[in-house]
Amino acid sequence: MISSTALTHLQRLEAESIHIFREVAAQFRNPVMLYSIGKDSSVLMHLAMKAFYPSKPPFPFLHVDTTWKFREMISFRDQRARELGIDLLVHINPEGVEMGVGPFSHGSAVHTDVMKTQALKQALDQYGFDAAFGGARRDEEKSRAKERIFSFRTSTHRWDPKNQRPELWNMYNGRIHKGESIRVFPLSNWTELDIWQYIYLEKIPVPSLYFAAKRPVVNRDGTLIMVDDQRMPLLPGETPEEKMVRFRTLGCYPLTGAIESNATTLTEIIQEMLLARTSERQGRVIDHDQAASMELKKQEGYF
Amino acid sequence: MSVETTLIADDIEGYLRQHEVKDLLRFITCGSVDDGKSTLIGRLLYDSKMLFEDQLASLSKESKVFGTTGGDLDLALLVDGLQAEREQGITIDVAYRFFTTDRRKFIVADTPGHEQYTRNMATGASTADLAVLLVDARYGVQTQTRRHSYIVSLLGIRTVVVAINKMDLVGYSQQAFDAIVAEYQTFAAQLGFEQIACIPMSALKGENVTAASDAMPWYTGPALLPFLETVQVDKDVSNRPFRLPVQWVNRPNLDFRGYAGTIAAGTVKPGDSITVLPSGRSSTVTRVVTMDGDLPQGVAGQAVTLTLADEIDISRGDVLVSSEAPASVSDQVAAHLVWMSDTALLPGRQYLLRVGTAQVAASVSEIKHKINVNTLEHQAAKKLELNEVGYCNLALDHAVAFDPYKECRDTGSFILIDRFTNATVGAGMIDFGLRRASNIHWQKLEIGKQARATLKGQKPCVLWFTGLSGAGKSTVANLVEKKLHALGHHTTTLDGDNVRHGLNKDLGFTAEDRVENIRRVGEVSKLMVEAGLIVLVSFISPFRSERRMAREMVEAEEFLEVFVDTPLEICEQRDPKGLYAKARRGEIKNFTGIDSPYEAPEAAEIHLQPTAEVSAEEMADQVVARMRERGLI
Repeated sequence: MISSTALTHLQRLEAESIHIFREVAAQFRNPVMLYSIGKDSSVLMHLAMKAFYPSKPPFPFLHVDTTWKFREMISFRDQRARELGIDLLVHINPEGVEMGVGPFSHGSAVHTDVMKTQALKQALDQYGFDAAFGGARRDEEKSRAKERIFSFRTSTHRWDPKNQRPELWNMYNGRIHKGESIRVFPLSNWTELDIWQYIYLEKIPVPSLYFAAKRPVVNRDGTLIMVDDQRMPLLPGETPEEKMVRFRTLGCYPLTGAIESNATTLTEIIQEMLLARTSERQGRVIDHDQAASMELKKQEGYF
Repeated sequence: MSVETTLIADDIEGYLRQHEVKDLLRFITCGSVDDGKSTLIGRLLYDSKMLFEDQLASLSKESKVFGTTGGDLDLALLVDGLQAEREQGITIDVAYRFFTTDRRKFIVADTPGHEQYTRNMATGASTADLAVLLVDARYGVQTQTRRHSYIVSLLGIRTVVVAINKMDLVGYSQQAFDAIVAEYQTFAAQLGFEQIACIPMSALKGENVTAASDAMPWYTGPALLPFLETVQVDKDVSNRPFRLPVQWVNRPNLDFRGYAGTIAAGTVKPGDSITVLPSGRSSTVTRVVTMDGDLPQGVAGQAVTLTLADEIDISRGDVLVSSEAPASVSDQVAAHLVWMSDTALLPGRQYLLRVGTAQVAASVSEIKHKINVNTLEHQAAKKLELNEVGYCNLALDHAVAFDPYKECRDTGSFILIDRFTNATVGAGMIDFGLRRASNIHWQKLEIGKQARATLKGQKPCVLWFTGLSGAGKSTVANLVEKKLHALGHHTTTLDGDNVRHGLNKDLGFTAEDRVENIRRVGEVSKLMVEAGLIVLVSFISPFRSERRMAREMVEAEEFLEVFVDTPLEICEQRDPKGLYAKARRGEIKNFTGIDSPYEAPEAAEIHLQPTAEVSAEEMADQVVARMRERGLI
């Protein structure tokens, strides 16, 4: 990734992300990296390894498990943690489990709130983390475009879009009072293409769900949902079909739409993405719940 | 993307190789809602095919609800992110946009243009290589155009594009365009831009945005996008002396000790001699470490880890610099400061200052002036309000290493953090270090003010006479001094005119010079009070804040403000030095009472109101009587 004196765009982005990682390590007492197993998390983890080399990242990694992730994501997660020798924490909202909260029984909004947003807040409180890295990018969604790299959260984890700290140059103000925290987004200035190109150039492992394969899916209101386990209730007349599909983003399997595709290699994925006519979040059920729904979720403490 | 689309389909690996070596241009767009700025960015995204169908569908739906284009696609809505903004139809924060063309990658900082958002614009400009300033062709160079230009120049941007928009509304007139260009260039001459490109366009109609316009055949320059794709911006700091602010010390085991940081300027390779600032210790670089292997050379912009030949004490906040061309070290700096908080900046108040990776306590020791961002005029100021820009001296509690901002952004910039709220309240650009004070320490004195005053058998104090020119300040002060002298008191007089012949002969009558004039007189009065004297000061001293400054230099009971409250009409009738007549004829500028304000005291200890019946002698008696009442004599 390193050449003459003029840096390419990816070299600039990589250096900026590493700079951010180091600032957090230096400024905070107890940071954590939120690991969600997807491609952005894979890049984030890779950059964390680079930032502190030859040391290991001086913080743990946390996966908030909603219990509805694709099975392959979980095995990939555990394998990566072993390979890299990092400290991986897994948190599941015990109250949600007790109440049996799931996307089919309670709907996507309740499920996401209880198993993701509330669970995340529980974990942050339980471990007393004062900074949490996330893989969000500004190009993903409109309200993200105004997100700071160091995003201040109150002691109740709320985000106030009207009261953000000015962020100039490469200077990040991580000063907080006890109980407050900062969400940190080292990939803020990366685009979806940058992420894929970096994965390609740096040979970063990603779950095979991103690659097309024959998978059992059902078509629900125009969204292809993969039948990943026995918990998925089939509607009358619904039979899973084997189709060549892949996923552009990874989340809870009942909330993540597949796309029909024949892209089985990284370059084919990139090619398909560049020629695509819909954005990656289109397969995400939660963004469309209501206008400006991401902004509301962020205010409530979602990443 | 047309050329590339074919390449993507036919040879994706070839495309990726081509895309991999693209460089990055970061630019800021400045202009208000009415200039069509959001429309322009929307247009750039739309025309460079960066929109997906689901985004277009969502845009089309929103255009009908919030749009201002009568149900047509409102491209501005693409850019106005937060719900509140969408509803109010204004952009209130900095938003970042991304797009790629065949030639380059772009990051756009989209910032609001109103005066109350100066801080947002400074934020967006701080990471930008270039600025696109929008001007409405119907109105030409406006106040806000000047403001935007000043702010981007202050933040160190040297290349600007003046996008003269809405040409469709002036009939694509070359004459209109030429007039605006001429006006802008005249104005911008003082801002030090290296390159100014003026482009006539219509963002709404897409004229001269991504492709040359047929509507304006008289314009032969490039359209906006081709210009942005090819412009060379001088942002290469690799040829400057090496700088690396240490972020984090990397110690995985006893055998490795590395200093991690981003190279702010210059290059570094094994064998280079470096100096650690502010300590001044030197060593030699042994390795430039990255996870991809050691580098033969690290360059500006790269995040690396250095190891050194010697074990020296280095921690976060230190700066590794080229031994041949080290950075400055000082605990006092002069800097431009943009204030970003609702709570005003006050000189003397302590903030945390972060420069590079160092953090120290700091206060503004003096606001030399503030800059009116609309007119660029300098004005006297005792504080900076939200969105104001000031030129200040800052005193730090420890010396830090830095460079002038114009030489290196990343070692010449700082932020101020409120110690209580932890908010980022100010952003500064260092001009230079003030070395003169760095080796001067307070000398402990054995004989104090009290001892000297006791020897004279009097209580030292300041009698501060203020009022308009010709009010009779000096006349009364002179009589008071005679009376005190007759009573056996040791006095001295500082007279405005006399001091301006000597100590202050370098000062004029602008507001900031008046502030400095009073500051010096205040300091001299303080020294005289410490010498045990009764000091009579006779100065117009038109501003309350400077009189307060003088007051605060001595003990509370040592300062008596004497307001010689002669009305302007009477002063002008008297006109003992013929100055009012000259000022009325415009021969003297900034004359108090004529074209420069006089801020009357609100609670002067002694308020003298001369009338035909009250003589100067009687007023002098009043002053002496008040001194007696207060136990000063």
